[in-house]
Amino acid sequence: MNRFRRTKGDYIIDFVIYAVTLVILVSTLFPFLNVLAIAFNDSSDSVKGGVGILPRIPTLDNFKELTRFPLLLQGGLISLLRTIVGTVCSLLSTCMLAYVLSRKDFIFKKFFTALFLFTMYVDSGLIPHFMVIRTFGLNNSFWVYIIPGLISAYNLILVRSFIEQLPYSLQESAFLDGANDFTVFTKIIMPLCLPVTATVGLFYAVGQWNSWFDTYLYAPFNEKITTLQYELMKILQQSMSQQGNLSQAGKLAQSQSISPLSIRMAVTVVAILPILLVYPFVQKYFVSGLTLGAVKS
Amino acid sequence: MQGTRPRKKGTLLETLYRQRFLLAMSLPFFLWVLLFCYLPLAGWGMAFQDFKLRGDVLESFFSAPFVGLKHFGDLWEDFVNQGRFFLALRNTLAMSLLLLAFGFVTPIIFALMLNEIRIKKFKRITQTISYLPHFISWVVAAGMISVMLSTEGPVNDLLIALGLTDKRITFLADQNMFWGIMTVSEIWKELGWNAIIFLAAITSVDQGLYESAEIDGAGRLRKIWYVTLPCILPVITVILIMDIGWLISVGFEKQMLLGNDMTRNASEVLDVYALKYGIGQSRYSFGTAIGMFKSVVSVVMVLIANALAKKTGETSIL
Repeated sequence: MNRFRRTKGDYIIDFVIYAVTLVILVSTLFPFLNVLAIAFNDSSDSVKGGVGILPRIPTLDNFKELTRFPLLLQGGLISLLRTIVGTVCSLLSTCMLAYVLSRKDFIFKKFFTALFLFTMYVDSGLIPHFMVIRTFGLNNSFWVYIIPGLISAYNLILVRSFIEQLPYSLQESAFLDGANDFTVFTKIIMPLCLPVTATVGLFYAVGQWNSWFDTYLYAPFNEKITTLQYELMKILQQSMSQQGNLSQAGKLAQSQSISPLSIRMAVTVVAILPILLVYPFVQKYFVSGLTLGAVKS
Repeated sequence: MQGTRPRKKGTLLETLYRQRFLLAMSLPFFLWVLLFCYLPLAGWGMAFQDFKLRGDVLESFFSAPFVGLKHFGDLWEDFVNQGRFFLALRNTLAMSLLLLAFGFVTPIIFALMLNEIRIKKFKRITQTISYLPHFISWVVAAGMISVMLSTEGPVNDLLIALGLTDKRITFLADQNMFWGIMTVSEIWKELGWNAIIFLAAITSVDQGLYESAEIDGAGRLRKIWYVTLPCILPVITVILIMDIGWLISVGFEKQMLLGNDMTRNASEVLDVYALKYGIGQSRYSFGTAIGMFKSVVSVVMVLIANALAKKTGETSIL
């Protein structure tokens, strides 16, 4: 390349690019570090403001305080459970259907594919969905987290594109050995799909862990199946209405022993911790899996 | 011979029998999509009824009186009188258009910038960090934003330190700032993620084109303008069509979580409106009419955008 004859203009371009990128990096990371700093900072000190990216008076008290909210523990457990059950169910269903739809000889290939693609463009809206869920008696049930969102058409297409580009000869030799379609799917296709299942599995898992609106809509008062995000949302709503009417009384209430701010940030840390923990290990998968499917379709 | 599969097609029944495993593997999901994606579409019938929920949903549905276009008439009247529906529609479109204007271009610029970064490690770290906000929920993001923008928060601290303001701004209690805050928040959350697709397109550009452009004496900016951008134009068009299709579905989570009584006139979007009046006040038929209106507008917009893209000779997605 032309790195030996860089002009003055090149240096200016480089300077602008690095400066802008640095600004983007800082503004992306700062809120995360700030949340961590406040969560680990002494609560009465945090109220004074000005906490940056490091706690001024480090403490674990805010997290100890969380034990006073039993719903948070219950919500955390349900969130964990729905993430595991939901990801496994969605992933298996998506892969199985994607395999069937990848088979050129399948009699309903076009019809079924069109049915699922259409769902990406037409949304029936909140209330008809709500009524259907009620008709099936799914509201106030744990399965409302799993069944209605079982397959996303987008992920289905991603997996199908991946399977379609595998050589068909792999399946053909198995068929000649007398294997049926299901065995071919479990023994040959599934193991080869690892890169794309890692991507799609991550999408489903993140979606499940982050979901709060289904709890809000279908089980708002059922403490047995509350979720962590929903509980965090309730805590947030309280503080939002406080910001709405910034009265002196509100400020006074904030300065009492453990402020809602510290509690909020401690819950937030708990809510993003699983994502931060697995993120470095899976991020190489999702980029490769995503671009693979995207460039193809 | 045993085990060989006949290549020629038999009768329908024979085909069905031969594909019994494939059928067994897909029929449950066929049922699922009918029940959970298409049955709700039948629920649009509620928009033409005076639906009252009494016990069983199906029973209420079949016993509800037919009222024709009454609810759509109500919506029209509200729109003309600039009532709450008018505000909700205005807010939805305003925030969508702001997002389309700023949220569509920024990932392209970000991808182009990343492509110009020569220090591999810096580029990789930047990418990794920029995807991170995509993976947190809007509940968490809203919490972070409310801390950042609080009166004692870092944004106010920064503005004061820079001398841009002398008194602290109550960002989230000012309805004039709400649309802007939503747009910036969305860009903050999705910038890196939305850049992935453009970055992938850029890396698949033929390197020979750059070399010939160089021989012709093109500098870096000219290479971006005359080589990179034309090469990724098909991808840009597809994404633009999809974004236009999503125009009216700007999302409602951030508006719902960050809006409050003081910003209500600017924050209420169509979904929140349908939720509040449809489910909150049990006006189900009215709420369904809003959802139906939204969905029809969205489909029409996809079709228009797609037709436009076809006419200009670019790729189409349908």
